[in-house]
Parts: sequence; structure tokens; C-alpha cells
Amino acid sequence: MSTTREILLDPLIDNNPIGLQVLGICSALAVTTQLKNAVVMTLAVVFVLAASSVSVSLLRKQIPGSVRIIAQLTIIASMVMIADQFLRAFLYDVSLQLSVFVGLIITNCIIMGRAEAFAMQNKPWPSFLDAIGNGAGYGLVLIVVAFFRELIGSGKLFGITVFQTVSEGGWYVPNGLMVLAPAAFILIGCFIWAVRSFRPEQVEEEFHVGLLETAHDSELR
Amino acid sequence: MEHSTRHTVIFTTLLCVVFSVVVSAVAVSLHDRQEENKRLDRIKNVLGVAGLAKPGETLSPEELSGRFEAGLEAIVVELATGQVADGIDPLSFDQRKAAKDPERSRSAETNRAKVRRVPNHAVVYLIKDGDEVTGFVLPIEGYGLWSTLYGYLAIEADLQTVKGITFYSHAETPGLGGEVDNVRWKARWPGRQVFDVKGAPQLRVAKGAAGSVDKDPFRVDGLSGATLTSNGVTNMLKFWLGRGGFGPYLAELRKQGEMG
Repeated sequence: MSTTREILLDPLIDNNPIGLQVLGICSALAVTTQLKNAVVMTLAVVFVLAASSVSVSLLRKQIPGSVRIIAQLTIIASMVMIADQFLRAFLYDVSLQLSVFVGLIITNCIIMGRAEAFAMQNKPWPSFLDAIGNGAGYGLVLIVVAFFRELIGSGKLFGITVFQTVSEGGWYVPNGLMVLAPAAFILIGCFIWAVRSFRPEQVEEEFHVGLLETAHDSELR
Repeated sequence: MEHSTRHTVIFTTLLCVVFSVVVSAVAVSLHDRQEENKRLDRIKNVLGVAGLAKPGETLSPEELSGRFEAGLEAIVVELATGQVADGIDPLSFDQRKAAKDPERSRSAETNRAKVRRVPNHAVVYLIKDGDEVTGFVLPIEGYGLWSTLYGYLAIEADLQTVKGITFYSHAETPGLGGEVDNVRWKARWPGRQVFDVKGAPQLRVAKGAAGSVDKDPFRVDGLSGATLTSNGVTNMLKFWLGRGGFGPYLAELRKQGEMG
């Protein structure tokens, strides 16, 4: 049994949902053009993750094995709708910008993944910590990526001008690539690279070339 | 763990019922707040385009409502005839919903703004200085590159000079087409002219830079890297200022102006 500390802190670097498990990439591309959006998205994901993990954990003995995925999904979808309703009521401007991506938290594999892999087997409290840890791990990547994208892509941080851009009468020519989705891929790649340089044990074993050839052969036949 | 079919059915039914009740309760209890947010957002945009609020100015809900009541009057116009429709309350009229309702809209003539349905009625905001009408705010919408852009165009009482333009909802590429939000770009619009001598809408977004207001009255600088969004803005202006849009209403206003 792992300790509280491990459950909470492991997902930050050692077992980061984006960096190591490579989950939740879709939304990480979409909402990281601005820091503010990334922070709000992180909070929404942490809320949904925590609420659904605890609910799944509480019900884990009752959830029938045959319908467990759809039961988890019902719980997650409900939490997402609640988060969406709260954003629209209290953070209207941000909810306009996050638009469809709040709803798409449902499809964020991190949440399903934690419900299925952790909350189904553990008591509510560890499940809660696991959810917070994974949410924070997701958020960490989002915020790091958003920091660079907003700074390089529009010369701002949290909407406050840091580099005066040319279109605002300043000197900085913003890098248009940074506001497009591929930039997030590149930055997430750099993040994974940096983490794995410090933690070489995260590097996957080389893919066996023989397997590829066999697969290729069988396709030809 | 194995469960009986009976358990599975009861469990899933209960799960669905409980969570739908929770979600509905949240949605219902927050509904008023959300509607209020939408209303304030609309007011903020109309005030901005009418020149009654500065860009970036943060106003409390009370200030927004106050300025709106002091400087603007909402009316509903029947688009086809250009007559003011007194029977409809402009504050509760939802133009986007009306455009989807076959009873309250018609299909648009083929147009480059890709507007498919036009509502029978539209809300127009009169900009007022005391009792005198000093301008009009017209809602506009049309397709850019990725998305439909929704916004407002404000014109002076001469029905010819632009007061301002704004877009409150779109999903164009941030940094490229998304620059339709840019305050500095929007600042290039006031003073431009809308109609040529024949009365056809000529206001458009140029490809590349446009000249000064005096020398190049019908064109506004294009958005660099966003030709399709720029064209979308041009198309929607052409559509909404033309026959299928606010043309009849503007003609009606001109007639009244001549008589008065």
C-alpha cells in the first residue's frame, strides 16, 4: 500500500498523466493558448476528477462489473455538466473561451483512467488524493505549456502585456505558430524530454523492430 | 464482483435518477445567473460598439445597465418591410433562436456570408442623446474560416458613416482571424463610409492595407494571415446591409428622414 504522500505527489512528475501516461492530450492542445484558460481548465478537471473518483469509490462495491464503464461515465458526465454550469454562472468570460472543451472533459482519458484504475479498487480518501494528484499533474503540464504559448505567441501572461507586440505599437513580433495546436505538441514533447532526462527510468524500451516486420509480413499475406 | 441482473437494473436506474436530479437542480438554480451574464455581455458589446464604453473598461452590472438605459433604446424591426414591430419585447427577443424557428424565419437567398436562415425580426439599438437618435446598432453574423462570427455594426444617424464594429462570438484562429477582436483593428473602422452613390453597400475589408478614412472611405485594413476571416466580414456586411438584411429598414429610415 503506497503512502498518502506518494499517491498525492507521484502523478506530478514520476507518473504524470500527460508526460508518462500520455493521457488528456487533446484538451492540453486546445486550452493552452492563454494561462487564464489553462488555470480555469485545470480547476475544472481537478473538480471533476475528485468528485467522480470519490463517487466511484463510494459506489465501487455496488457498481456491477458488466456495466461499470457506463456507470463511471454517467457519474463523470454529471460532474462535468455541474462544472460547466458553475463556470457559466460565475466565470462567464472564461466559459465563452473554453466553450466546448469543458464539455469535452468527459472524454478526457485521465478521468476515466483514474476511475477505472484506482477508484474502483480503493477507499474514498486515497481515491480523492489520487484524483487531486493526477489533476495537479495534468494542470502542471497545462500551465507550463500555456505559459510559453501565451508569452511567445501573444507576448502576454494572464492577459497582461509583457512584450509589447507590433500590432499594439510595440517591438515584439509574436510567433504565430505558438497560438496554433502544433506548438502545444512541440512544448509537451519538450516537457516529456526534460522530465525523462532527469528520470531515465521513464524512457520506454525500444520498440522491437522484429515485431513490426512480422506484422508487415502478415499484412502482405 | 458478480452482481445479479436485478441488482444491475436497479443500480443503473437509481444512478441515473440520482445524478439527473443533481444536475437538473444545479442547472435550474444557476439559470437566472447565467441568463443575467448573457444579457450583461450583450449590453457590454452594444455599449462598446456604440461608443458608450471604452474598450477594456470594466463596468459593474449596475453601471452597464445604467449606461444602457441612458444611451440606448432597443426596438424590434421586421426585416422584410423595415417596419418597427411594436408587438415584440426587444429585451426578451432572442434573434438566434428565432432564426432557427421555421415559423419565425425564412431561408436566406444564397449569399457569400453563408447565412442560411434570416429571422423575420431583428433587434436594433437606437443610440440616443436625449431624445435625438444619433446612431443605430445593427446585429450582423456570417461565416469566417472556422466559425460563424456574431457581432454588431454601429452607424451614425446619417446611415452612412461607421461608428464602430465588434464581434462577441466567434471561433476563428487566435492571433490570425481571431484578431477581429483586436481593439486596434476595430479602431480603424469609425468614420468609414457604408454605401456608394447608388446606395449599394461598399464597406469592406481590404486585402492588405487600406488608406486613410478620407482617401479610402469604403475599405478597412485586412487582417494579415486571415484572408478568409476578412472576406467573411466583408460578406456579412454586404449581406446584412443589403436587401436580404437591414436594407428595407434603412430605406424606411431614409424616407422618414426626407419627410422629416
